Amino acid sequence: MHCWGNLDFAAPRKIVRPVSRAAALPSEPLLLARGNGRSYGDVCVNSDGTLIDMRGLDRFIAFDAQQGVLRAEAGVLLADILALIVPHGWFLPVTPGTRFITLGGAIANDVHGKNHHREGTFGRHVRGFELLRSDGQRLQCSPDDNAELFAATVGGLGLTGLMSWAEISLRPIHGPAIYQRQQRFRSLHEFFELNRQAEIESEHAVAWIDCLSANPRGILIAGDHCAGEVSVPSKKTLRVPLTPPFSPVNRATLGAFNQAYFHRPLAQGRVHYAPFFYPLDGILDWNRLYGRAGFFQYQCVLPEGSDALAEILRVIARSGEGSLLAVLKTFGTITSPGLLSFPMPGANLALDFPHRGATSSRLFERLDAVVAAAGGRLYPAKDARMPPALFRSGYPALERFCKFVDPAFSSSFWRRVMEQS
Amino acid sequence: MKNILVIGATSAIAEHCARRWATRGTKLFLVGRNAERLAMIADDLRVRAGSADCIATFVLDANALASHQPMLEAALGFLGQLDGVLIAHGSLPDQQACEASVDMMLAEIANNGVSVIALAARLANVLEAQRSGCLAAIGSVAGDRGRQSNYTYGAAKALVDRFFEGLRNRLAPAGVSVLLIKPGFVDTPMTASFAKGGPLWATPERVAGEIVAAMDSGRQVLYTPWFWRWIMLIIRHIPERIFMRMKL
Ligand SMILES: Cc1cc2nc3c(=O)[nH]c(=O)nc-3n(C[C@H](O)[C@H](O)[C@H](O)COP(=O)(O)OP(=O)(O)OC[C@H]3O[C@@H](n4cnc5c(N)ncnc54)[C@H](O)[C@@H]3O)c2cc1C
Ligand SMILES: NC(=O)c1ccc[n+]([C@@H]2O[C@H](COP(=O)([O-])OP(=O)(O)OC[C@H]3O[C@@H](n4cnc5c(N)ncnc54)[C@H](OP(=O)(O)O)[C@@H]3O)[C@@H](O)[C@H]2O)c1
Repeated sequence: MHCWGNLDFAAPRKIVRPVSRAAALPSEPLLLARGNGRSYGDVCVNSDGTLIDMRGLDRFIAFDAQQGVLRAEAGVLLADILALIVPHGWFLPVTPGTRFITLGGAIANDVHGKNHHREGTFGRHVRGFELLRSDGQRLQCSPDDNAELFAATVGGLGLTGLMSWAEISLRPIHGPAIYQRQQRFRSLHEFFELNRQAEIESEHAVAWIDCLSANPRGILIAGDHCAGEVSVPSKKTLRVPLTPPFSPVNRATLGAFNQAYFHRPLAQGRVHYAPFFYPLDGILDWNRLYGRAGFFQYQCVLPEGSDALAEILRVIARSGEGSLLAVLKTFGTITSPGLLSFPMPGANLALDFPHRGATSSRLFERLDAVVAAAGGRLYPAKDARMPPALFRSGYPALERFCKFVDPAFSSSFWRRVMEQS
Repeated sequence: MKNILVIGATSAIAEHCARRWATRGTKLFLVGRNAERLAMIADDLRVRAGSADCIATFVLDANALASHQPMLEAALGFLGQLDGVLIAHGSLPDQQACEASVDMMLAEIANNGVSVIALAARLANVLEAQRSGCLAAIGSVAGDRGRQSNYTYGAAKALVDRFFEGLRNRLAPAGVSVLLIKPGFVDTPMTASFAKGGPLWATPERVAGEIVAAMDSGRQVLYTPWFWRWIMLIIRHIPERIFMRMKL
């Protein structure tokens, strides 16, 4: 069982599959729940420990189509939830850029979407869940009951126990359509201007940026749920059939791609929600494009008002490393519900880099220095290498969080950043 | 198919069939021996169906032969008519343990073979009188040839195979279709202890999709996924004097 970045981590000692949500936890140390393995690094990895594979716990429990409340087992995929709720006029209140993640994974990383400025993180829409602890307790947690454990578990990276089921509130929609607008920008200043306006007008806003260009340029994409017919995208998907020995993503191919992408005709009008929210879900196993060595994603948030974003982009442009998928989005001021939630007000940047050993490490160290100086943080869901000090400085509630960690739960990520062997 | 009876409804393969049926508005009568898990599956199917009254459950251990008739009456009471029946329950025994214990061996034959034909015998009479419907059971590729590694299981599945051939022959004039499903390796709780991965392993979703389509189309035998038909064709044609020396 690999992480999404296809990086080389040692295998778990054992994988167990609970027979039902009523089943007890295995009574052994070093447990970790595993959702659909869409995290890029080692938060979903448990080398030499026991992984609890949650994908089989994928039953719905109750759906109130009048009020828009859904309760389901934690291994249900967001894709299955959408297939159920959209025909009834409901949508996920918050969705990440792929629908192939589980409900439990969405909560444990307190994921965010293109509507953070309006709705905050996924965890804000969680009404409650059941948490299994290794002392045998089954606790109902919500913002009101076991509230501290709730806050630790939302964004808690699977370390506080196992969520067996969860209940979320949904968002009403008129249908599957999104009205989208795209605009080009040719500087960060222009991005912030357009983005401010877009966030006032639209629920969803995100930008693609060309991280190779000396002067940051890109396309801002905004959208809103709307009424009206749209054709359902074809079920056909492409699949990257094999992993090439080395990555075809390099400076030359990237430069050409970014140039073409920047100048492509801008889209405006109604689209189905799938290509709008999940452009990459149409290409299965696209992560193989980064070759056998795998790849890293570097995702940071930088507090508002600093010029760290420009500095980060300068460092990357100068390095010549960079990705097809560079995404820029500003987080709004809505407080995240989890002690270790990633989003905080500021600019959020995510870039993929092929794994090139020491070259990659040197670049990341330079970026880390900028992030740390600005008081920013990295996203554990995307991380496989952040230094322990950066984790500690980025997450000031860490000490409070530690009190809620279940003694039998751990992950490769946790052992790495807490420097436990 | 509007009304379907599923026996062994807690099976992963059967559950995925039921999900497909529930989303198309089929009325389902679910039979299983684990009451708690049966209720969880029924709740899930009610959500998928968007209606609470199209699903009913009945707790039954298929080896309790005397309870088959009351179960069948309850099913007919709920469904009215039987458009489809899927008999899915089964257990994969440890062959070596069966060699050490004749009682265990016979219990496995009872569970995978006798209980299935006992149910099929009653159901055949109902469908014949009704003059419509599809009777399906999950056998296995293991029933196609006896192998040292699992011939107890294989023999029970072969019993079902021959019995279903006969029923098919008998019920054809009544317009009743009789389907035997032969899956290969499927990633379900039954095979939890196996090392998985590789092209021969299929998901229960995929197998369920093929089962639902085969029941709709009135097929007689379904190897699923399809390539098992060709693998088993070769295995069945290896001469016995060679086969008996192979470590299979
Ligand atoms: C193409 C792509 C786009 C993405 N876009 C975004 C985005 O826009 N925004 C964003 O926030 N993220 C994004 N992500 C990251 C992804 O949403 C998160 O990594 C998510 O948590 C993955 O969920 P998963 O079900 O695959 O869980 P895993 O990756 O398997 O596990 C993630 C964590 O959840 C824990 N966990 C899982 N289930 C349970 C449970 N039942 N109980 C307790 N803990 C549990 C695990 O222990 C682990 O710590 C993206 C990922 C991809 C591949
Ligand atoms: N998985 C494979 O590779 C494979 C290959 C070929 C054929 N098959 C056949 O496919 C069918 C479904 O199996 P599966 O793969 O879906 O595995 P599964 O999920 O383990 O399902 C088997 C189910 O049968 C139930 N069962 C067993 N004996 C029963 C009895 N006496 N009364 C009532 N229920 C009983 C079990 O109930 P409990 O949960 O209560 O034990 C279990 O839910 C079986 O007939 C199996 O032989 C499977």
